Amino acid sequence: MLAAILVMALGAVLLGAALGYAAARFRVEGDPLVEKIDAILPQTQCGQCGFAGCKPYARAIAKGEAEINQCPPGGDEGIHKLADLLGRDFKSLSAEHGIEKPKSVAIIDEQACIGCTLCIQACPVDAIVGAAKQMHTVIARQCTGCELCLPPCPVNCISMQPIAESAETWKWKYPAYRINPAPREAA
Amino acid sequence: MTVLQRLFSFNGGVKPAYNKEASTGLPIAMAPMPAQLVIPLHQSIGGTPRPLVAAGEYVLKGQRIGGADGDVSSAVHASTSGTVVAVEMRLMPHTSGLSARCVVIQPDGREEWIPRQPFDYRGATPEQTRDYLRDAGVVGLGGAVFPSYLKINPGKSGKLDTLVLNGAECEPFITCDDVLMRERAASILKGALIMREMLGAARVLIGIEDNKPQAIAAMEAAARAANEEAGHPAMQVVAVPTRYPAGGAKQLIRVLTGIEVPHGKRSTDYGVQCFNVATAYAIYEAIALGQPLISRIVTVAGNVARARNYEVLFGTPMRDLVDLCDPRPDSDRVIMGGPMMGLLMPADSVPVVKAANCVLVGSPKLFPAPPPEMPCIRCGECAKACPADLQPFELYWFSRARIFGKAQEYHLFDCIECGCCAYVCPSHIPLVDYYRFAKSEIWARETQKEAADVARERYEFRLLREERDKQEKAAKLAARTVAARATAAAALAAAEKPVITAADVAKKALITAALERARAQKAGVRQENTGNLTPGQQAEIAAIEARRAEIREMAKPHLRQDD
Repeated sequence: MLAAILVMALGAVLLGAALGYAAARFRVEGDPLVEKIDAILPQTQCGQCGFAGCKPYARAIAKGEAEINQCPPGGDEGIHKLADLLGRDFKSLSAEHGIEKPKSVAIIDEQACIGCTLCIQACPVDAIVGAAKQMHTVIARQCTGCELCLPPCPVNCISMQPIAESAETWKWKYPAYRINPAPREAA
Repeated sequence: MTVLQRLFSFNGGVKPAYNKEASTGLPIAMAPMPAQLVIPLHQSIGGTPRPLVAAGEYVLKGQRIGGADGDVSSAVHASTSGTVVAVEMRLMPHTSGLSARCVVIQPDGREEWIPRQPFDYRGATPEQTRDYLRDAGVVGLGGAVFPSYLKINPGKSGKLDTLVLNGAECEPFITCDDVLMRERAASILKGALIMREMLGAARVLIGIEDNKPQAIAAMEAAARAANEEAGHPAMQVVAVPTRYPAGGAKQLIRVLTGIEVPHGKRSTDYGVQCFNVATAYAIYEAIALGQPLISRIVTVAGNVARARNYEVLFGTPMRDLVDLCDPRPDSDRVIMGGPMMGLLMPADSVPVVKAANCVLVGSPKLFPAPPPEMPCIRCGECAKACPADLQPFELYWFSRARIFGKAQEYHLFDCIECGCCAYVCPSHIPLVDYYRFAKSEIWARETQKEAADVARERYEFRLLREERDKQEKAAKLAARTVAARATAAAALAAAEKPVITAADVAKKALITAALERARAQKAGVRQENTGNLTPGQQAEIAAIEARRAEIREMAKPHLRQDD
């Protein structure tokens, strides 16, 4: 009886030690799930989801505090990917967080800009250059189209312009066969 | 010189109707000068060249008008002398119907060349020769328009085994390489010799499909002459069986050498490099004649009465070429390239570019609309026909269902879009259209992902910077507070008690020393008027002293009272 208890206790201690060692040895820094969710999110950092950026939203999704359909720039495709990753059901984009728009860039009307630097402070990806009382301009290549620079501008000189299709961005369309109605035969 | 060469074979392929006879009856003719030349700056794989001219400038024939931009890019030249009318967006020869930046030249009819000098590639370093070819605008003229200077690189080994010249020209209707080989065989081989020298290749294999006996004969004669001149038989013309797509680079290498270049490898890893015969000719012109690439041979065929090959200056509208050949009245479209891989042009006004090996005129009768797409019946015909040994049906399902990751796993990007699968498909599925769709979607996602990664990095850096600024500000404030407190405390302490500092001690020592000096001086100074006195004077002084003593005696009681 005592021997049996000792054997079991010894086994428990050994296994516990092994588990403890493994937990320390194979420790994973950070939350891999958050990283995976963050990789799916479009990184516009627009805050339309109600969080202060893509990473906080990813953390909230991972914790189960946020729905997966709160990201308008990611669109339906992003929601599908999140649903696949998390094993949740697909939900269409929640209307209160916005609608999916074509990808755009901010354009500053350089005639109207007064050089107040408010948009520079608002830009989450430092895509606006300029200095106090100097004209500002947007680095189009870095602009994520988050629209965060629009509200602070005191003279409303920033507008969003959808990105036009160019030779570099043109895509072959999904093949669709045009079905013509069959000619009617005389009865 | 019929050296028996063991030939190999690639899997798959098809044998469509070749339709090549119509355009080979007449020799190459120079296409007449058009009213205006519209030269797109972007004519090759890689970066769009920077425009080097502005509207109003006069340019010479062969003058560089677009400079190569980036590591993969190739220059563009004025096809004739004249005035630049505009540098603006014009419809480009691409199915998308989009515009691209073009240089529009009004020819002056004088055809005045830039000074042309042969390039001494033997006296130049390989880098210099490659830069020269880049600036001469030489690109692969088989249709892929990949900058040739990047391919004239033997790689790490510094030596190649085989240089393959591609004269297979397997696609129906196209005969530009055929007539070029018939008429300019010697120049092609001179270009091949230059390439062979640069690549350090031991031998040159010229693969020509056996449905071009005249081209084979001409090239064999030229090769014999070249070998005799060089003194050893490096050049060898090989007739390869006619089967589409024998002219694919990997397919021709397979047929000629038996080497199968696997996924993710280059042919140079196996000691083989492949060039089109027209590219060899362009290299000859660039290096031996000093002429940049400004024209090419273009086959005009299809629904025309007089199909023919023309030497065409880049920038010539396709419409002008078609009009030379009497198009039939039911013609309704222009295709750049052949019927298998060609691109439908948005209009016949688009210019001839470096990629345009053929201008194919179509009509509903010649190229009837495909019957409706039917479901895939999984017959496997497409897999049998695929020359790249892929599984087209799998690629089709994944592309159709937008499962792009899986499509890539099945090596979608090894597909050369030859169209054999769609050609044999009994369900008339436009398979290549699905692959093109999937490829461009995957590319778009790649770019999107790269942009997202950059945005994430920049956002995280901004957060980091804001945090750092905050901390720096806080640290500065704390330091200032500490400093202010210290000064206040010091002032207070100074008010309460004098503090003897080292400076004070030094000062005191200085004062003591000065006093000491003064005392010593005083002691050292004798009253000089008391010495050397006459006895009379001494007596007088003594009398005065005596009187003083007397008076002091008398005043003593008073003095005591005062004390």
